[in-house]
Order: sequence, then C-alpha cells, then structure tokens
Amino acid sequence: MEPPEEPLRPVIYTMENKPIVTCAGDQTLFASVYPTLSQQLPREPMEWRRSYGRAPKMIHLESNFVQFKEELLPKEGNKALLTFPFLHIYWTECCDTEVYKATLKDDITKWQNVLKAHSSVDWLIVVVESDAKKKNKTNILPRTSIVDKIRNDFCNKQSDRCVVLCDPLKDSSRTQESWNAFLTKLRTLLLMSFTKNLGKFEDDMRTLREKRTEPGWSFCDYFMVQEELAFVFEMLQQFEDALVQYDELDALFSQYVVNFGAGDGANWLTFFCQSVKSWNGLILRKPIDMEKRELIQSQEATLLDLRSYLFSRQCTLLIFLQRPWEVSQRALELLHNCVQELKLLEVSVPPGALDCWVFLSCLEVLQRIEGCCDRAQIDSNISHTVGLWSYATEKLKSLGYLCGLVSENGPNSEDLNRTVDLLAGLGAERPETAKTAQSPYKKLKEALSSVEAFEKHYLDLSHATIEMYTSIGRIRSAKLVGKDLAEFYMRKKSPQKAEVYLQNALKNYVAEGWALPITHTRKQLAECQKHLGQIENYLQTSSLLASDSHLTEDERKHFCQEILNFANQQKESPGLKVILSMHSFAQLKHLHFDPSNALVHVGGTLSIEITLLSQMPVSVQVEQIAISVHFSIEKNSYRKTAEWLTKHKTSNGIISFPNENSSVPFSRSNSPALELYEMYERSPSDNSLNTTGIICKNVHMLLRRQESSSSLEIPSGVTLEDGAHILKCSNVTLDPGVNKIIFKTQAKEPGTYTLRQMCTSVGQVQFVLPHIYPIVQYDVYSQDPQLKVEPLTDSLLAGIPQKVKFTVTTGYYTIKNGDSLQLSNADAMLILFHAENRAIIYSNTREKSSEASLMIQSSEKVTSVSLPMAPAYHMIEFELEVLSLPSAPTTSGESDKLGNKDPHRKNKEKQKAGNCMVTLDQKVSIDCPWSIYSTIIALTFNIPFKATHSLLSAGKRKYIQVCVQNLSELGFQLSDSNLIDTGNSPELQLVPLNAKCQQHIYSKQSVFFVWELMWTKELPPSMHCHFSLDFYPASEDRSISLKPYSYEFQVENFFTLYNVKAEIFPPLGTEYCKTGSLCSLEVSITRLSDLLEVDKDEALTESDDYCTTKLMYEVVDNSSNWAVCGKSSGVISMPVTARATHKVHMEVMPLFAGYLPFPDVRLFKYLPHHSAHSTQLDADSWIENDNLSVDKNMDDQTDNSSLKSKSSSHSAASMEHKGLPMPRLQPFPSGQVFNSSTGMQILVIPSKDDHILEVSVT
Amino acid sequence: MAVCIAVIAKENYPLYIRSIPAEHELKFHYTVHTSLDVVDEKVSAMGKALVDQRELYLGLLYPTEDYKVYGYVTNSKVKFVMVVDSSNTALRDNEIRSMFRKLHNSYTDVMCNPFYNPGDRIHSRAFDNMVTSMMVQVC
Repeated sequence: MEPPEEPLRPVIYTMENKPIVTCAGDQTLFASVYPTLSQQLPREPMEWRRSYGRAPKMIHLESNFVQFKEELLPKEGNKALLTFPFLHIYWTECCDTEVYKATLKDDITKWQNVLKAHSSVDWLIVVVESDAKKKNKTNILPRTSIVDKIRNDFCNKQSDRCVVLCDPLKDSSRTQESWNAFLTKLRTLLLMSFTKNLGKFEDDMRTLREKRTEPGWSFCDYFMVQEELAFVFEMLQQFEDALVQYDELDALFSQYVVNFGAGDGANWLTFFCQSVKSWNGLILRKPIDMEKRELIQSQEATLLDLRSYLFSRQCTLLIFLQRPWEVSQRALELLHNCVQELKLLEVSVPPGALDCWVFLSCLEVLQRIEGCCDRAQIDSNISHTVGLWSYATEKLKSLGYLCGLVSENGPNSEDLNRTVDLLAGLGAERPETAKTAQSPYKKLKEALSSVEAFEKHYLDLSHATIEMYTSIGRIRSAKLVGKDLAEFYMRKKSPQKAEVYLQNALKNYVAEGWALPITHTRKQLAECQKHLGQIENYLQTSSLLASDSHLTEDERKHFCQEILNFANQQKESPGLKVILSMHSFAQLKHLHFDPSNALVHVGGTLSIEITLLSQMPVSVQVEQIAISVHFSIEKNSYRKTAEWLTKHKTSNGIISFPNENSSVPFSRSNSPALELYEMYERSPSDNSLNTTGIICKNVHMLLRRQESSSSLEIPSGVTLEDGAHILKCSNVTLDPGVNKIIFKTQAKEPGTYTLRQMCTSVGQVQFVLPHIYPIVQYDVYSQDPQLKVEPLTDSLLAGIPQKVKFTVTTGYYTIKNGDSLQLSNADAMLILFHAENRAIIYSNTREKSSEASLMIQSSEKVTSVSLPMAPAYHMIEFELEVLSLPSAPTTSGESDKLGNKDPHRKNKEKQKAGNCMVTLDQKVSIDCPWSIYSTIIALTFNIPFKATHSLLSAGKRKYIQVCVQNLSELGFQLSDSNLIDTGNSPELQLVPLNAKCQQHIYSKQSVFFVWELMWTKELPPSMHCHFSLDFYPASEDRSISLKPYSYEFQVENFFTLYNVKAEIFPPLGTEYCKTGSLCSLEVSITRLSDLLEVDKDEALTESDDYCTTKLMYEVVDNSSNWAVCGKSSGVISMPVTARATHKVHMEVMPLFAGYLPFPDVRLFKYLPHHSAHSTQLDADSWIENDNLSVDKNMDDQTDNSSLKSKSSSHSAASMEHKGLPMPRLQPFPSGQVFNSSTGMQILVIPSKDDHILEVSVT
Repeated sequence: MAVCIAVIAKENYPLYIRSIPAEHELKFHYTVHTSLDVVDEKVSAMGKALVDQRELYLGLLYPTEDYKVYGYVTNSKVKFVMVVDSSNTALRDNEIRSMFRKLHNSYTDVMCNPFYNPGDRIHSRAFDNMVTSMMVQVC
C-alpha cells in the first residue's frame, strides 16, 4: 500500500508532509524552475471553499513535487490520503512543431493514458517559453501553434489545463505576470483537487460509518480511516478540522461505551473490555504515538490505549492551536471519564492501577503544558491546572494508603507485593522521557519505593496544590486538601502538624455554618488534641462534640465521659483547674427573679431560678454552680425605695436569653436585627420640623468585625472573674435537657447587683459563661420607717367621727412587742376607739400577711396605740376614728359689729369665698418607737355648718334669727337648738319660736331658728348670745354623743328708737291714685323711747331736760316707680321723748299703674360738723358728707328740683363748700329704726289718656 | 438523577441540603462546600455583566471522578448546587438547567411564605417533595 519512496517515517511527522504533486516531462526544465516554484507557491493564500456549508478558509499551499511514476497513482480502494498525488504536471519547453509532432505528442498521450487508467483528472501541462529560444527561431507563428496544438490535442474543452510560463528565470515584469498567472492556476487546481478528492474520501468515510451497525464493523478500522482525514487536514495546517475528526471519533467511542452500559453492546467493543494490564499513563511528548497507533490498527488496543492515543492526538492539535488550557481541562475530563468507562464496561483493573495511570497522566499533562508555556502564563492560569494537581495529589494519597506507605510501621509484605505488581504494570520508562529527571514515571516509581520518598512527594504535591488553591482564592478547596494532609499527619503520628490544618478548616466551616463538616473536623481535631496532650483544648472540643446533635448518642456519650473522666481523675490530686466555655455544655435559657421585680430590701431573701438547658447526653453531677455578682452602689437612691417598687413592676420577673444556635453561628439570628427609630427635631421657637431621620440604635452591634464573632473555638478567652459576691448552688444533677436551679440569697448591702458570669464546676473542670447578656440585675434597698396618716375620705368633717388611716411602713425597723404609737391628745380632737380595732400587716409587695387586733389605751394626755409585731419591710395599716369639735370656740369679749363680719376664729380658720366650708387644722404629735422625735401630723377638718344671725324687729318687739347652713354633702338631724344670753341678765328672756322636734337638714340647705327677745326692764345696749345645736348625721344611728355645734355672737343697739311710717293719699276727691297725678306722701317719724344711753352722741342737744337730736330723712325710690316732687330729704330736729312725732309731707307722682311699693324712707343721724370726729374723715365719710352737703343745699334752696341730677348739684356744692368742715351722717343700726310701712303697696290706676301722658318737670 | 441538592445562603451557610444515599452525606457536604469556591469565582467573573442579562445557570462547577457538580445562582446570590452521578450520562445541560429552574421556582414559593424568615433553614414540605422528585426521578 505504501509507496516505496514514502516509507513509514515521514508519516509520523505529518507536519512535514505536503500534498504530493507529480512532475512528468522535461525533468531538467522542472529542476530549473523548482526553486522559484516551491518558494512562490505558499507566498499568497488562497481561499478554499468547502463543501457541506463549511466556512471557506484562506489557505497557504505547499507541495511536495515528485517525479511522476505510475506506481504513485493509487489503486482502486486505497484509502491512504497522505500519499495521494493531488496534481500531475507535465513540463515542456518545446517550441518546434516538428519536435512536438515527433516526440512530445506521443509522450503526453502516454502520460495522459496512464492518468486516465487511474481515473485521475487532476493534471496540468506547462509550456515554458524563453526569449533565448525565440531568437533562434525567427518564425513567430509556430510559437503559439505549439500551445494551441497541445490545447487542441489534449485539453478537450479544458483550455485552462495548459498554461504558458514565460521566461521563468528572468527578472522582468512579463516574467512576473506570467508566474503569477501560473501560480494562481496551480493553486486553483490544487484546491479543486483537494475539494474533489477529500469530498470523495469523506463520502466514503461516511458510508463506512453508516455501516457501523453491521456485524463485523470495526471501530479500529474506521478510526484509521477518519484519522487519515485528520492527517490531511493537519498536513494542510487545518488543525481545527483535524481536531474535529478526533473529537468525532471520541464522541463516537463514548457513545458506544454509554450504549454498552445501557445493554446495547457492540461486538468490537468487547475487545476493549479486556482487563487492564498496563497503566503507563498518557504520552504527550510525541506528535503521534506510533506504538499505540499500531495497537489500534492491529485491533489490540485496550480502552486505556485508545483513550491515551486519542488524547495525545487531541493534545498535539490543541497545542498547535495554542490552547494549552483546554488540554488541561480536557485531560481532567478524560481521566474522570476513563475511570467511569472502565467501571461501566466492568473492566477488571488491579487495585491501584488506575491510580497510577491517573497520577502519571496528570503529571504528564502538566509537564507537557509547562513545556510549551512560560512561567508567567502558567501562573496566571493556575485555575486551569490546579484541578490536575489536586487530582494527582488525591491519587498519590490513595496509592500511599494502598501500599502501606502511610501507616506508622511502613508497608507489610502484602503491601510490598502490591507495590511490585503496580510497578510492573508501568513497564519500562519510555525512551523520550528517560533523560528527564522529573519525569512522571520516575516520580511515581520513587514515591512508591519507600515511606520517606512517598512522604516527600506527597507533601510536595499537597503543598503545591494548597498554595495554588490559595493563590487563586479557592480557600475551601485548599482547606479540604489541608484536611487530607492533616489526616496523613495523624496517620504518621505527628498531630502537631495536623492540628493547624484542622483548626484552619474548622474555622472556615464554623464561619460558614456547615454543621456536618464541623462535626467531622472537630472529631478529628479532638483526636489530634488528645494526642498532643492539649487537655484544655481537648476538653473544650469534647464538650462541643458531646453537645453535637449530629453525632450518634454513643459518640456523644463517649466525649462526655472523656470530660467526666478527666474531672474525676483530677479530683484525687487537685492540680490545675480547667476552665472551659459553657455554651457547649449548657445554655442559659431563662432567669426568674422572686420577687419578680428583682428588688429586695436589706435582709430580705431573693431567689433566682435559672433554666439551664444541658447539652450533655447524660446526667452530669455538678458540684457547684456559681454566679459571680458585681456590686455597685446605686447613686439614684429613689430606685431603692418601695415607691419605685410599686411603680416599676416588671412584667413577670422572667428574663429570657437569646438562643445561641451553635449549629448555625453565622445565620441572621446571630447578627442582631436593625433597630431603627424615627427621629424628629423641631425648632424650639415655633415647633416646626427642622430635621427628620432614622437612627439605628445598635450600630455598635452591627458594625463590629465579623471575625470576632467566630472566635468561639478559642477557649482561652474564657477567664474567671474574681467577685466578692457569688451566688452558689451546690450538688446539682444536670439532666439532659431543661434543668431548673434555684439560687437563694440574703440581701445585705443596699445597691445594685449585676450578674456577670456563671461557672459550673464539675470536678476540676469549670464551665464558664463569661458574660451574661442581656444584663441581669437585682437591687437591694434600705428604707427608713415611716408613718403616714391620711383621711379615708376626701375631706374630714368636724363634729362627727371620721376615719383616718394610719400606715406604718416598717422599713428596716422590726416592730417588737410593746412598741406603740403615742398620740398626744388635742382638746379639739378626740380619738375614738372601739374594742375591736384591727390592723392588717402587709408584706413589701402589698400582699396581706397577717391581721392583728390593735390595743389602744388612752390616758388624759396621751393615746397609746400598741402596734402588732411586724417584721422589717412590712406595712401595718389600721384605721382610727377621730372627732374634731364641730366649731371652734369664739373668744368671748371680742366685740364685733353685729352682723357685719364673721366672727374671727381661732385655729387659723380660713374663710373662703362662697359656700366653702370653714376648715380647721388639727395637729397631733405622735411619738414613734423608732425615733426620738415626734411626728407632727396635721389633719384638716371642714366644719359642716355655717351660721349667720340677724336681728328682726316688729315695732318694739325684737327677734333674733339664726340661720344654719349645711355646707357638707351629708344630711343631718338637728335637735335641741338653744340660744342663751351669756350675760345672764335676769330681765332678758329669749323665747324660742321653733319647733321642738328634730329637724332634718339636707345637704347644701339652710334651717332658720327664731327667738323672741323679751325684756322687763331697760335693755342693755348689747347682748352676747350663744347658739348651740345638737346634730348627728342623718344616715347614722345616734350611737355616740356628739358635741353640739355652737355659734356665738353679739347683738347691740337693738332697741327701737324710731318708728317711721309713710302714707300715700290719693289727690283730694279721688279714690285712687292715678298715674301722672300728684299724690301726697306723709312721713311720720315717731320717737318710741325716752332718752337712752345710745342717744348720747354728738347729735344730741340738751337743754333743760329737753333733748333734741338731729335726724335726716330721705325719700328714695330706687325702683323709679315714683317721682318725688320737691324736696326729698331734709333735716329735722327730733325731741328725744317718747311719742314725739314729726311729720313730713311731700308730693309724689306715680309713674306706673298697679300696686306700687312705697318709696323708701331712710333715716340718718345728723352729726354736727364741729365735732372732733369730723376732722378725721375717711373716704367713706367724705362721700356721706358730700351727699350731706347736697342735701343741705337742697334744704336751703327748697325750690330746687328733687329730680335735678345729683352729680350736677354735687359739683356746684363741692365748689361751694370745699374746705369747709362738713356735718356727718350716720346710719342707725338696724334695730333702732323700725319702718312700719315697709312692704306696703298702694293701688295706682292708670289715667284715662295715659297715652298722651306728659311729665313736665319744673 | 441528582444525588445531592443544596441551597446555600448568600453568606455561604446551607439553607437546605439533602443527599442520597445517606451514608455519603458528609462527603457531599464537603463537596458542596468546596464547590462554593468555583461558584464564587464564576459569580465574580460575571459580576460585571448587566443584571438582566446575567445567566443564572453557572454550568458545571467542577467534575470529580464520581460526580459532577452543577451550580446556579439567583439574583439575590442564593446558590443552588446540584451533584449528579458521573455515570449518569443521560443528563445533559438542558435537563440540568430545567431542574435548576424548577428548584428556583420552588425556592421562590418558599420565600413567598409569610411565615418563612429569609435566611432561616428551609423546612418546607413542598420544597422537600420537589427535591425528592428530582432525586429519585430517573431520566
């Protein structure tokens, strides 16, 4: 098949192959042209249009020109493409027609016949012309005729099959032109030949492929055919196309394997299923591995052989294509794939053989890539190669384990046998790598040779892999390789080297919250730490593992037992204490204070119940649980008081601790949620919004470094705080799950106590919770004893028993037997007590604790209330009834003008406006047992009644009226009203005109009492009266005798001196008064008594037993019913003798019809101006004087109209009398003048034509 | 089909991970965790691409001898990782893609549950059933 001139060797180097072009005809001519031709042909690219829609390509053509021989022409059925002559050229420089006819034509015909016999149509006849020859021949015509002749003779309708090359060896433009035309022609023909022949080949190949379902079809045969095509493409430098051929073969084979796996086995495939006997890895250093190719050709290749060969070809092409990174990627795929395929085809493989093959292949690929790339390129493409490194490391590791190179004692004989077998499978080293010191073969052989060598190679590889992973940021992969390394170190009994890898990996897993890897790594770490003797770390890890729910119960128990063993073993010889973090041992869930407000008084008991969730799988006997407490004196003393206690009741005294979920430490639950608050800032002046925003209140929590949170693994951070205050609880058994532990403490010093740390001691092992968060505090306070007295009702009423509540807050003082409150008795306030007085004792939290009867003893000065025994910080409450006098005694002898002012009272009585009750403050001084000082308690009582009196006259008869007004909300029964004259003058007698029976007085109402004053002799000028009235609340029984309400007052000048009587008479001749008509008014003033003491004043003029006094009368009609005509007032001289009468007449005119009341007649004392008194005028008397002067004026000028406006006359008068001493007017006390016509009315009938009533005033 | 399906939070802790058979659970955890390296690499490589044009499917993260690991990342940087047996050659890229899309839909349903706290582990039965269906179903 192979032509003799083309031995096997050139085939191997397809790159050096060129398409074959044969040359026939003038060999010397060709030899002269050849250099230029071979140089010029590849210079310009040519577009190669492809069949089947493949993209056209620019191609540089080169050719291998060989002399034409018939043997070169392929026989029918020959599939070799590389040796296929694509074009046949016939060279001639004949220019002589004779010669042509004689020899050339025959020669060409013979050549053509040979070609035809082999059905080759790709030929070209080149006629070379030269000027030198032209000059010899003068005849120009035949020149063209030779070419024409050839065209005529041979190029049947294919005139382009004959070209002329002019003077090929000259350097002229014509030569150049001719060359270009020739070369273009040559290229075109070559490409045409390629297209045609390759197309035909491909068609044949496809036909062959379609036959693959036929029995007897061989993949290897087909492989050889398609590879031929690949070779040609490679020869044409079309590596992409070449690669496609191999990829197609690859895919075809893979598909067969998959189909085989699915049960659709091809016969030829069974051959590939033969057991693997050689595993010498990929060979990539040669372009074509002829050894393997021959195996395939002879159908002896194993699966690994085929795959190796295929990959080596793909690798070569990829490297030609400058895609080394694809090589590494494909290599990894290939290796994985091969392993899978062998499994799928159930090929028997000796253990370790594949590992060897993979290891060798990985290194081979890596070295191949390194061979064609520079360092920088490799460094920047680590991500492509690191997979191979890692795979190689993995495989070497498994080989090491397989061959007993990792065990502590080195390989045993069985291991050695296995090693020998494996090495045998490698065969001898290939010659092309024999000189390389670091060849994969040598490495593997060395690594398997001894424990030390293996360790060196394995460490080298591992470190290199870790470094590469780290450098490209594949931290997790690096950690995983590191973990393998740690495992290796553990096997080699060097845990100190393993530890760092395990710690690093663990930190990574913990940070990212991968529970299972955490558990697994921790388990390894525990073993490592145990070997290293890191007791504390080991125990800490053990405690974490014991609480790890991903482990089995037995494993957890084992680790728990490890801790307990250590704890107990150390018990005998107390050495160092091991302090561990508590969070793995137990979790603090809740804390419950009793009392729930976490506030306790000095000496009180506080109990704290904590809920611990034990994470241990078994019950643990804990010697002591201690909580260290930080004590600080609270500055704000208010917080310590009982008031604070009642106001700030915490909800239920339970504090819950956040669930620290150790399995997912990185989840959101650990990082606190945003606490956002809205914020408004308003302008202080007009309250308008200045700024608004959102405040994050827990920035410090959110923005702290994340690393710090993952440092849980390092137990060294746990320290025990020294605290003077420690809460302890001893001998507790912590069962798995929830445990409740109660701490009790007696409060000592007042202040704030903050729970800081919790420490659980098991033997010498202490589990410490370094910080209790959220902050848990309780307060201890101290309080002074206190007495509080307050009325039970809103206000206390004087006169009736009222309940007052006594509250004794014991504070730090304990009330002993015999302790009593000493109340000093006040005269005005009685303390009432019954036989049954009960006191209730409350605890600090207002819970009723007991009840006791109260002993009250009263002596003259002191009422002693003996308190029931009560412990400190309790409250005693009891009620007492107090009775204040209903009215304070009026100081006798203090004279006031009758009825003008309220009596001035003792004890700071305050008169408020309106109907407010008069209040009365009663002070009680109380001696308390805890203090040497007396406590003064002031109680304010309201007097329920208000009494007013008035003097009533009827002619000379006198009556005293007392009005009692009930200001309180209660109704009262009144009885025994009594009025006595305190002067006790025998000639006076007060005759009651009141009903004897009881009277009810409702709230806010009044009752009047009237006495007639009778006298026998002359009346005293004044009289002191005492009014008393018994009363009791209407709603109650009259059980206790109450003090009567009393009211003292004084009446003066009550004797009637004058009787004033007014009479109105209708005009003469008429029966009734008529509006508009003048009526006469007669005022008669009658003296009723002789000269009395009271008359002796300045107005009195005495002469010869005849006394007169000056009076002024005035008729005033305030209701404008009457018009007084003429003088309305005047001064009269009145004889001071009984029955002396003075009559005054005047004219009045009724202005309205109907019953009109009489106008008022007023009487004043007229005091002369010369009295010493008059010089000291006060403002009031000035006005009176003013009026007087007017009146006087009017008196003088009687014709003055009484209707004249006072103000105008006043101004005139004041002008006249300015500076003059004025006479004074003094009104009579109410009792001295009796107006007998008061309240009288007279009928006035309307005038008939009142509509034209005209009032003329002159 | 899939031998392990994992949903991993933005912060790289597992929200959900399930694998069959159970005895290889630990190995799968390691595998999935390691695959996050490649996820990170791929995500940061495509970080510059426009958000709406971004392909959520990350493709094959890395093959191992026995398994193929595929990745998918949601717009909120939640990662889905699926481990498929290497011998299962029937599974093509398109199937893997559609499985991821199914997973994503189911995950979206979980997120829509008002009682689910984003960031918590997924305990949804519906999601579980869907994952189960993807694990047992033989293509």
